[in-house]
Amino acid sequence: MIDRFGRATRALHWATAVCILTCALTGLVLYVGPLSAVVGRRNLVKDTHVIAGLAMPVPLVLAYAGRWRREIRGEFRRLARWTRADRRWLLSRGRDARDQVGKFNAGQKFNGAFMAGMIPIMLATGSMMRWFEPFPVEYRTGATFVHDWTAIATWIVVTGHILMGVSDRMALRGMVRGSVSRAWAAETHPLWAAEHPDPADPADPGHADPASVSEMEGTSP
Amino acid sequence: MATELPAGTPIGRRIVLGMLGLGTVGVVFGDAIQSRLERTLRPLTQNDPTGVSSFLPTAGRFRIYTVTGHLPERTTDEYRLTVDGLVDRPLSLSYDDLLDRPQTDLELDFQCVTGWRVADVPWTGVRLSALLDEAGVSDQATHLRIWSFDGAYTESLTLDQARRDDVIAAHRMQDGPVTREHGGPVRLYVGPMYGYKSLKWLERIEVVDALHEGYWEVRGYDVDAWVGRSNGRDDAPTS
Repeated sequence: MIDRFGRATRALHWATAVCILTCALTGLVLYVGPLSAVVGRRNLVKDTHVIAGLAMPVPLVLAYAGRWRREIRGEFRRLARWTRADRRWLLSRGRDARDQVGKFNAGQKFNGAFMAGMIPIMLATGSMMRWFEPFPVEYRTGATFVHDWTAIATWIVVTGHILMGVSDRMALRGMVRGSVSRAWAAETHPLWAAEHPDPADPADPGHADPASVSEMEGTSP
Repeated sequence: MATELPAGTPIGRRIVLGMLGLGTVGVVFGDAIQSRLERTLRPLTQNDPTGVSSFLPTAGRFRIYTVTGHLPERTTDEYRLTVDGLVDRPLSLSYDDLLDRPQTDLELDFQCVTGWRVADVPWTGVRLSALLDEAGVSDQATHLRIWSFDGAYTESLTLDQARRDDVIAAHRMQDGPVTREHGGPVRLYVGPMYGYKSLKWLERIEVVDALHEGYWEVRGYDVDAWVGRSNGRDDAPTS
């Protein structure tokens, strides 16, 4: 196994995920008329939405505040930079340049960047909707407009992210338990796997994992 | 190794800055963009058999709010509207009784205090002034206390406000009977005021001699909810 995500990274991911999912579900109830009518309790739903929204950037701030700052910064740097191969990978929807995928593929990089843009936008426009008094009415309407459309985009991106995660159990394992199999890393994130050569086999920079090969009965003599 | 920058261009930062830029443009020009979008899409959204377009965030869509955990239901057969309190002849009217009385048609906007507005909604119903006259309001009466059969929502109006021509007990809106989610079978429509005054699932109009603040008024909304002149808002008047 190779360590993929440290504790701080996983804590940041899941704390943010809880806030985003809470906002997405309560937001859906507030927004979709028939659902709103079935659920009722508008004050409770609204307060939950506002609290989860205000809490959303807190894990990010905490991630930058403590000893674990180095770990988080390292992950963000990798997420933020795109190679030419990343662009090819994304445009071909993951068919081309598969051998040049690093720790994050272009889809994950896009997801990360989208979330980094979404959180301040939703925080700002949501605050304008909640504490609207100081703002001129057309800015309030504008804030609602941006909040609504960004919410729809976020629903699409988050749904895609979750579907990707649950359809690749090893990817999910990396974010839940922190480690992934060497074979999976070599297959889906080869450049990153190459950074972690197998200590048991110095000749091989991370391609064949003895453990995983022996799991495949019949392929080894 | 850890301090070395990974290869590649900072596309991630460009995406974030691009989104923030678009977001700012959206806040500043969203009002104008939305009106244009609404006008352009109106032929589509008004004749959309699937109803999907009603979930798009263009203007001109009602959002359904309830304050209780359920959506109240009352059939037109079981429906009763009570007018009582400081009156000479308390009324208990069935749905058909309301249809038998002189009808008022309005075509006015619905403006919510949270910002959304639906333009040119057709409303049909009986003027509150007619019901009040029929019941015979006593001299010391000053206000109405209005009750919803959702069991929680209430509203208040002064007698003068309630007697306006654009204040009705509505049983039709948007060219059909008032549906359950819009407060059917009968709801209030208070033309010149913010939507929270247009109480849904209307059950009882009690004539009283003092102000009893309504559900949202207790929670900080203005009692005199004139569109554009209350709640710190400056929307165009609806009536």
